[in-house]
Amino acid sequence: RNSKHRNRKMAGSMELPTKGGFSFDLCRRNAMLEKNGLKMPGFRKTGTTIVGLVFADGVVLGADTRATEGPIVADKNCEKIHFMAPNIYCCGAGTAADTEAVTDMVSSQLQLHRYATSRESRVVTALTLLKTHLFNYQGHVSAALVLGGVDVTGPHLHTVYPHGSTDTLPFATMGSGSLAAMSVFESKYREGLTREEGIALVAEAIRAGIFNDLGSGSNVDVCVITKGNTEYLRNHELPNPRTFVSSKGYSFNKGHTEVLSTKITQLKLKPEVADGDAMEE
Amino acid sequence: MPYYIIRNPYVTGNSVIAMKYKDGVIMACDTGASYGSTLRYKSVERIKEVGKHSLIGGSGEFSDFQEILRYLDELTLNDHMWDDGNSLGPKEIHAYLTRVMYNRRNKFDPLWNSLVLGGVKKGPKGDEKYLGMVNMIGTHFEENHIATGFGNHMAIPILRGEWREDMTFEEAVKLIEKCLLVLLYRDRSSINKFQIAKITTEGSTIYPPYALKTNWGFAAFENPSKGAVGTW
Repeated sequence: RNSKHRNRKMAGSMELPTKGGFSFDLCRRNAMLEKNGLKMPGFRKTGTTIVGLVFADGVVLGADTRATEGPIVADKNCEKIHFMAPNIYCCGAGTAADTEAVTDMVSSQLQLHRYATSRESRVVTALTLLKTHLFNYQGHVSAALVLGGVDVTGPHLHTVYPHGSTDTLPFATMGSGSLAAMSVFESKYREGLTREEGIALVAEAIRAGIFNDLGSGSNVDVCVITKGNTEYLRNHELPNPRTFVSSKGYSFNKGHTEVLSTKITQLKLKPEVADGDAMEE
Repeated sequence: MPYYIIRNPYVTGNSVIAMKYKDGVIMACDTGASYGSTLRYKSVERIKEVGKHSLIGGSGEFSDFQEILRYLDELTLNDHMWDDGNSLGPKEIHAYLTRVMYNRRNKFDPLWNSLVLGGVKKGPKGDEKYLGMVNMIGTHFEENHIATGFGNHMAIPILRGEWREDMTFEEAVKLIEKCLLVLLYRDRSSINKFQIAKITTEGSTIYPPYALKTNWGFAAFENPSKGAVGTW
């Protein structure tokens, strides 16, 4: 055989795709389509207020419950505080699918790690798994997280940004309502808060986001994590109740609709057998 | 007539916060003016008296604020020359400024400012406190508490939660200082040198600049990577 043929690749053979990360092959096509007038579908974001703070015995996380799709409220009572481990929870802001997927994925990885090591998960483990994943996707996974928990080394609170950077903080806020919530924290936070004071301050910060930011609204969710105990207070406060409820409810009594004419058609009756045997069923 | 002149601001002032209190109106801001991302001027007075009854605070392009002060000088001088015993109150000045700002915007040549106008003047119902704002596109309104720039995001939530009609001067100063401190922490163009001004029926006072005490002593700030050596 000719050596030239042996060195050349087989016609039609594919290069192996790179492991991990996105493939940007279709970007040129998408840009061309957009130029020709195609409207790309938008993302459902969580336009959010999420907060966390460290108090005397652990961490308190808080979140609002509004999910927005542009100017519309897509979900009035969604859950933004995600389970990572029995002692670690994570609030998520940004694209809802991204926060769900990434917290779900890391939560599973932590569980496998717990089985492998026979130990309680540590917050820094979750932090490293999250930041490595997000950095690999160069900010395209739009998840801004507030990660908090208590492990053998003590209480921890971190923020994780979509590009993969992290901060370790005594109090943190993320999301579109973060400025309103941060103004509450900056003026009222101090170290060594009690559990009640921590919950009250978190609820106040989330309420500031709910009432002053259009992307946040509805209810306040709170999660308190201490050594050996976690309390997920779903809908801890409902500051936006439905004020008008019709006393009549949704009832459509007879007489609501005008009857113009009535025609009654009998259903086909079973024919009576005069003589002979009845048909076998 | 060119329709495309929409200039960029160059030397800009920061947020202005103001609120009504029991005896009148209190206004505060920092004394810094930035040139892009450089902190160029550190002793700039961005709150000035207008006539006998009003205070004006300006954020945004500082040269436009100085020009507006010249317009107001002309306005108050002409008003004084009438010598009719009447003087322009805050509501009138606010209306004048609104017209100026909106007309400039319609010519695509705005004065790049957010102005806060506050004052007290005797009216038919006694001493009436007035506080309003107007910005570069001509949006104007009247409120019990006003903030411009970043103050909209960080000071307004605090003011909405804690402002009351009958605050004393001391209480009002404490609340304003709370807002100024939050802005100092979280607004990158803010500096730790503030001026407070107040206006009552007795007249106006602009206090000398002073600094606020900041607290950086959180345990978590000491050693953030304490929990995991080698983290980044």
